[in-house]
Amino acid sequence: MANLNINFAGIKSPNPFWLASGPPTNSGYQIMKAFDQGWGGAVWKTLGVPVVNVSSRYGAINHRGNKMVGLNNIELITDRRLSDNLREMEEVKKHFPDHAVIASLMVQSKTEWHQIVKDVQNAGADGIELNFGCPHGMCERGMGSAVGQEPEVLELLTGWVMDVAKVPVIVKLTPNISDITVPAQAARRAGADAISLINTIQSLIGIDIDKFIAYPVVENHSTNGGYCGPAVKPIALNMVKNCAQNPYVQLPISGIGGIENWRDAVEFILLGSTSVQICTAVMHYGFGIIRELTAGLEQYMDSHGFATIDQFVGKALPNIKDWADLNLKYSVKASIDEDKCIGCQLCYTACEDGAHQAIDLNDDKSIRIPKINEENCVGCNLCSLICPVENCITMVRKDDGKQHITWKQRTEADNIPLIFDDELAGGLSHAVRKPIDALKK
Amino acid sequence: MDIEKNFAQIKPLMNSSEAYYESSRCLFCYDAPCTIACPTAIDIPLFIRQINSENIIGAAKTIYESNYLGNTCGKVCPTEVLCEGACVFNKLNIPAIDIGRLQNYATNNAILTKLNLVEIPDSIGKSIAIIGAGPAGISCACQLRSEGYKVDIFEARNNPSGLALHGVAPYKITNEEVLMEVEFLREQFGFNVFYNQRVENKEDMEYLESKYGAIFLGIGLGGSTAIKIRGENKQNCFGATEFIEQIKIEPIVEPFAKKVIVLGGGNTAMDVATESAKLGAEKVILAYRRTKSEMKAYYFEYDLTKDAGAESVFNVAPIEIVGKNSAEGVKFIRTETIDGKLEYISSSEFVIACDLVVKATGQVKQTSMLTNISGLKIDKSGQISVNLSSGQTSNPKYFAGGDVVNGGKEVVNAVFEGKIAGKGIHEFLCK
Ligand SMILES: Cc1cc2nc3c(=O)[nH]c(=O)nc-3n(C[C@H](O)[C@H](O)[C@H](O)COP(=O)(O)OP(=O)(O)OC[C@H]3O[C@@H](n4cnc5c(N)ncnc54)[C@H](O)[C@@H]3O)c2cc1C
Ligand SMILES: Cc1cc2nc3c(=O)[nH]c(=O)nc-3n(C[C@H](O)[C@H](O)[C@H](O)COP(=O)(O)O)c2cc1C
Ligand code: SF4
Ligand code: SF4
Ligand code: SF4
Repeated sequence: MANLNINFAGIKSPNPFWLASGPPTNSGYQIMKAFDQGWGGAVWKTLGVPVVNVSSRYGAINHRGNKMVGLNNIELITDRRLSDNLREMEEVKKHFPDHAVIASLMVQSKTEWHQIVKDVQNAGADGIELNFGCPHGMCERGMGSAVGQEPEVLELLTGWVMDVAKVPVIVKLTPNISDITVPAQAARRAGADAISLINTIQSLIGIDIDKFIAYPVVENHSTNGGYCGPAVKPIALNMVKNCAQNPYVQLPISGIGGIENWRDAVEFILLGSTSVQICTAVMHYGFGIIRELTAGLEQYMDSHGFATIDQFVGKALPNIKDWADLNLKYSVKASIDEDKCIGCQLCYTACEDGAHQAIDLNDDKSIRIPKINEENCVGCNLCSLICPVENCITMVRKDDGKQHITWKQRTEADNIPLIFDDELAGGLSHAVRKPIDALKK
Repeated sequence: MDIEKNFAQIKPLMNSSEAYYESSRCLFCYDAPCTIACPTAIDIPLFIRQINSENIIGAAKTIYESNYLGNTCGKVCPTEVLCEGACVFNKLNIPAIDIGRLQNYATNNAILTKLNLVEIPDSIGKSIAIIGAGPAGISCACQLRSEGYKVDIFEARNNPSGLALHGVAPYKITNEEVLMEVEFLREQFGFNVFYNQRVENKEDMEYLESKYGAIFLGIGLGGSTAIKIRGENKQNCFGATEFIEQIKIEPIVEPFAKKVIVLGGGNTAMDVATESAKLGAEKVILAYRRTKSEMKAYYFEYDLTKDAGAESVFNVAPIEIVGKNSAEGVKFIRTETIDGKLEYISSSEFVIACDLVVKATGQVKQTSMLTNISGLKIDKSGQISVNLSSGQTSNPKYFAGGDVVNGGKEVVNAVFEGKIAGKGIHEFLCK
């Protein structure tokens, strides 16, 4: 039976599922409720000098019947007094000594940093997370992502915290930067114990096109906010991978961004996360999703024979390489299972208009099953991605698996296209129709 | 029993959430099978996508561009065998997209907001006469108006829409909805309708021929056919179309009969059986000459009769309506099919008692009126022969469409044929 316990940079937790700092961790009441339902840890809503928030704070994008696949917010850090938060933190720790309570912090001066770190440690916090990520409202005042975007400032502030920290310190990174490993390395240099990523992505969620105001609307105006939820997961995964693979970072990672079910969590772990944090999915479905998260993770670990989380942290990392190291000889072609095909012909129009004209229709219109023209198929996957029927279009391997040549090797062998009209152009092997054929009906 | 509840719409109007979620499901198929299956070839994936992106006006325009009775059709079409029957989701055992109701959602909005569908061009100084304000006639009128013709419709009854109003079952569409769409179209397109104007004899025809550039015949079918058995003329023995017209125009509010026998196996017979049961008849028996599988009715219409509580007997042929002045029962003889021929089984007669008989065995053709048109070719089954791509009859000045040509199909076919004839007339007069 799988053991879900983790030790994250010294912070112990009964499972890797933590509530990310945000509305679900705004109060001791919520965190107690979450622990009671099975959450392993919680990163308290960022503490500091309390703020004043605006009314109308969130905006969302829906996609074809699915509500809130992306969420944007213009909320700031906690608007509650520090003393109230600390009192509640103590109470939570009293009831749940074995759960992870992490205090997220954001203040300005060195004195403030020293004071608040001591305060939360006295309240029983198991760890501290430094919020250098919030991309709106706080950064204009020199906090949040304004820190996360300046590696030197990040290093300095983290140093202040390390001066007085007795519990593990996690630096939370902002994705609003071109190379996430730069601030991650700064955190490492400053002596941080771990990193967590990603915070929200600076965004504008949409516009009321009749009133000409962006969302969320505050009277007649709006402002940019932070984007999160399922839509950001791929961006977060990539950043987690970048940090995990960087030899100068080498810190435990708490993965965050768009996690909604156990599969998402496993993906983050396979890329090097030891714990995962979740905010939007809880805002959408409540604490109850923990039942599905833990059950799914256990099932996965049992079926793969993983006894502990450690056994698969980062397991996918060796298989992620540079593009130039991929085998150019590997070849897949689309294949349609005619028994499954429902004749929507979406694959036809996708490949015809959006890919490589490698799918043909039957001349007899009453037969709606399309045909793959293998000669033209470049194996891009598009048709298999848009086919509405499960496992109807599969990508079948066509090369014999014996040949292996990468771009890097070809470059070294002087065997790559170099001039505009180079005979080595990859596309020469595949027939492209004449422009005028487009107008022939 | 609550008659009003029994007649609740089986395809009620969608709310905006329902429309959003349902439209989200559509795959936007290429060369979409639903469109291919629609007799008026509405670009279904397009209008569904327009609903999904909250362009309801665009959706309504897409629908009306192909089908002038888009709202009525959304409610009364047998979608199960047309667009929805062809939807690719059926192959996945996932419910087909609710196309009819999405269509209604868009067109209802257009009607309520009096959406401006088309710019009517200036008059081109030519007039067309249309006989019959049923679906075929209305559709033809809209098409001709969009080309700038003056259009006068002559209608025998005192209201428009033909059998869409007087025939279609009340739980599919309300009279108000039918009339509202025609009124919307009349305001939009500006055709004239002259009611209580039955065009009948040679003089009427000659008058129209002298005044109008072309004449469209959209007169539909006539009354119910007789079954030619003894006792058929008793009180309480009605033809189906007359019976339905009666209950549609003067809705019955009290249960009207204890035991009803419906003769026939087509969709009209199903309608009568369902409607009688919903009106509170204690027992409704559907009696058909042949086997269940030989019924012409759609399976879902037969299911409706069962849901409403009607029973059915098969392989029984009526041979006499018994009773004194009023029908008190039907005498049947059992039948069997031998070598494809229906045979009576001798000495198998029996009587089922009842206090109402409805004969739903078809509608007669209006041949007497048509013989007044010179050179009009009518085929063996009494239907007008036309050129299918123009609606033109053998008398070049006359065009025709709808039930009078196809022998009795659906509203959507009449709409399509009316539109084709409208285009045909335009081409004919431009030559
Ligand atoms: C009981 C019943 C139920 C039906 N249910 C459905 C259904 O659920 N769905 C569906 O799609 N279809 C249904 N139909 C079929 C549909 O109603 C018809 O196919 C459609 O109405 C045909 O349209 P039309 O314009 O050709 O003829 P009609 O609708 O019959 O219209 C003809 C019009 O011409 C007028 N007219 C006739 N003779 C003259 C004359 N000499 N001078 C002037 N005016 C004249 C009539 O008064 C009438 O208004 C049903 C039919 C019946 C009988
Ligand atoms: C309304 C809202 C408020 C947030 N407030 C904070 C915060 O105070 N401190 C912080 O570090 N992150 C904050 N976040 C960011 C989340 O912790 C998390 O990094 C981000 O939402 C991505 O994860 P998710 O999409 O899976 O929820 C907030 C997110 C939301 C939606
Ligand atoms: S997308 Fe899939 S189901 Fe649709 S036609 Fe292509 S193979 Fe068939
Ligand atoms: S894999 Fe790409 S190129 Fe090949 S058939 Fe599918 S869409 Fe076309
Ligand atoms: S067949 Fe169904 S899924 Fe495809 S376009 Fe038509 S309604 Fe949409």
